[in-house]
Amino acid sequence: MHSLLARFAENGFWMAQYMERVENLARILDVNESFARDSAGEPAWLPIIQLYADDEHFFTHYREATAENVVQFYVINRTNPNSIVSSVWAARENARSLRHLISIEVWSQLNVFYKFVSGLRPRDLRLGELSHLCQELKEGCQLHTGIVEGTTFRDQGWTFYQLGKMIARADQTTRLLDMKYHRLLPNVADVGSPIDVSQWNALLRSVAGYHGYRRVRPSGMTPETVAEFILMNPEFPRSVVSCVRQIRHYHDRLNQDPNLAGVAFAPSGLDDLDNMLSVPIQQVTREGLHEYLDRIQINLQSLASAIAWSYFGGEADASAEGGSVSSTQSQG
Amino acid sequence: MNGLFDDYNPGAYYCELTGKSGSPLDHTRTIQDWLNKIRPMTLRRRARDCERELYNLGITFTVYSEANAIDRVLPFDVIPRPIAAEEWKRLERGLVQRVTAINHFLHDIYGAGKILADGVVPEDLVKGNSNFRAEMIGVDIPHNTYVNICGVDLVRDKDGQFCVLEDNARTPSGVSYVIENRHLMQRAFPDLIAGIGIRPVSDYGIRLRDALADMAPAQVLDPQIVLMSPGAYNSAYFEHVFLAREMGVPLVEGRDMVIDNGLVYMKTTAGPRRVDVIYRRIDDDFIDPLAFNSNSMLGVPGIMDVYRRGRVTLVNAVGTGVADDKAVYAYMPRIIKYYLDEDAIIPNVETHICREKDALQFTLDHMADLVVKPVGESGGYGVVVGPRSSAAELENCRNLLLARPENFISQPMIDLSVCPTLVDAGIEPRHVDLRPFLVTGKNTWVMPGGLTRVALKKDSLIVNSSQGGGTKDTWVLA
Repeated sequence: MHSLLARFAENGFWMAQYMERVENLARILDVNESFARDSAGEPAWLPIIQLYADDEHFFTHYREATAENVVQFYVINRTNPNSIVSSVWAARENARSLRHLISIEVWSQLNVFYKFVSGLRPRDLRLGELSHLCQELKEGCQLHTGIVEGTTFRDQGWTFYQLGKMIARADQTTRLLDMKYHRLLPNVADVGSPIDVSQWNALLRSVAGYHGYRRVRPSGMTPETVAEFILMNPEFPRSVVSCVRQIRHYHDRLNQDPNLAGVAFAPSGLDDLDNMLSVPIQQVTREGLHEYLDRIQINLQSLASAIAWSYFGGEADASAEGGSVSSTQSQG
Repeated sequence: MNGLFDDYNPGAYYCELTGKSGSPLDHTRTIQDWLNKIRPMTLRRRARDCERELYNLGITFTVYSEANAIDRVLPFDVIPRPIAAEEWKRLERGLVQRVTAINHFLHDIYGAGKILADGVVPEDLVKGNSNFRAEMIGVDIPHNTYVNICGVDLVRDKDGQFCVLEDNARTPSGVSYVIENRHLMQRAFPDLIAGIGIRPVSDYGIRLRDALADMAPAQVLDPQIVLMSPGAYNSAYFEHVFLAREMGVPLVEGRDMVIDNGLVYMKTTAGPRRVDVIYRRIDDDFIDPLAFNSNSMLGVPGIMDVYRRGRVTLVNAVGTGVADDKAVYAYMPRIIKYYLDEDAIIPNVETHICREKDALQFTLDHMADLVVKPVGESGGYGVVVGPRSSAAELENCRNLLLARPENFISQPMIDLSVCPTLVDAGIEPRHVDLRPFLVTGKNTWVMPGGLTRVALKKDSLIVNSSQGGGTKDTWVLA
């Protein structure tokens, strides 16, 4: 097809973002469950709420950030727009608008996946079941990714889907790092202790980066090298730098598309990200990792806005399809 | 082993598989033999698989409530409804005849008005009809084809005779189920289908696209065709998706289009792009808030003006609703005769036009046996079914008839044919109808098949999906 309706570009962009968020959330919950088991009685669930800036919303529904409450809030609570059920719903609503453009397999899997997620009850979320459940959720997302990869026509719609996916993935990676880095660092006494190492370990595992990390650094594990790996390793597919490279690739694709002659989004935001990602990690941690991650998130956000202005005919606001589900995550 | 059909008894009704005699018709023998051999458990398992597959593939209609969207599957019955090759040939001729006459009629009433001047159809019936659009008078339509997509509801009576119950000349739906039902049967019953020559239905999308291209405004060689939907919240949304996909055209909504400088554009990632042909699945009333319903959020303000100038084509044309009105339906045999000088190949259901004196008298005399229908309505509202009405209801109907006879027609009760259908107890007869689809651009093509709707409730004659109806695959035999 020669031209793509602006609305469909937006739908594809958001469908990808929602599914990427679901996968990341499943990873976070999974690894957090391991944390909670390891760290003797430490209330490990509050950081997730802080990660998504959901404090206010959460505490209007629940009194305490217990494992049970947090997991319910993020998996099956429909009033939480960041919950897995809300995100899968929103992804599916975007897919509904795109149905004539996506493959039947993509729609069908999303449909079955939503049916599974919306059928989850509190008893399915018991701590003993959680790891298994997260595995299933992750696999649902990976199945989606695989079907999209294997069946999607490589037109503009594909490009916008990939842009949404990579922006969301980079954003999620920075948030995960931010949460863990701050939770893990302050306890100076623990640095190098078995608990400390196991937690960094778990962080790497949550982003499927442990083995990759080991190939780069066969021995030792410090907070800095882990942060560097997660942010800046170009071979690691969930690193921020990998995502930004993908974003540039798809950006170039749009700029070279003859059907889009005269439309472009400025690459200055991408240049800024590249510059930030080439700063040595020692300098980053010295100047403050949290602020650094914040700046990356803001940059990603303005990239999304630039895409929306250039191609969707307005601000990206997640209202594409999915009604009131707003993108509180990416506005955080 | 007991066969599925051992206890099957269609009674006095005509059965699509066993005819009137109770033993299989020549053309259905293979199907019935096969069904008689299959174990009921196997049949049930395959039926369940079909139902699950329909849901998973999203072949659903969506019911929206405040907080949720529930996707429902239109019930599907796995026992097919066959139609003999010879019989279909006759139906095909009759259907083409009918849609040809309808297009002549629309061209005439929005043009010279000869049929009205000649007194064949009363002028006030047409021009006073709520579906008559004065905006269409004198507008040129490519190939004079007003009704490009037509669905004709056929029923078979006790004697096995097909007749037309209703024409659907606005935005008939259901064709996607015809095609999806076939795909489903091909997957679930490859062993049954393999032995039988069935005419394919899957090229509907290509035929439709060709017809839409035929309808492009003058001088447009490579038209941009779009399908216009009221949106994902419409109950027929699946069909809109299906057709857009089959034709490879964008599925747009009113909000995606703008009028600029006398042309229609859609908003793309590359800016505005001209649109030439719009297959709109939205009623006349909602197409343009400037011309019709000013509250419509679904339409495109100003599109009627562009359309009237011939710079975009709307499909079906605006104003076709007058042709499928119940009052005009009654005149259809005369309309066919008037334009084509032929008798109707497929008869109407016997219809009494109450504005005519003898017909009114007949209706009043036999009201308890007749179905009285108000004209200018659709969806079965205000219909009085004589045999199922109380004395008071009949009296009320009599008064309405006497006050405004021109508002009514009456028809006898029709004993719809039945088809064996899988129910809890095994196989039982259930009433069916048939909606074939015709696509017309320069020429008319009849899809070999159609939507067979089945009333799943015992003894029910109501096949509508909103009232417990399901569908079957329709097999036009080669």
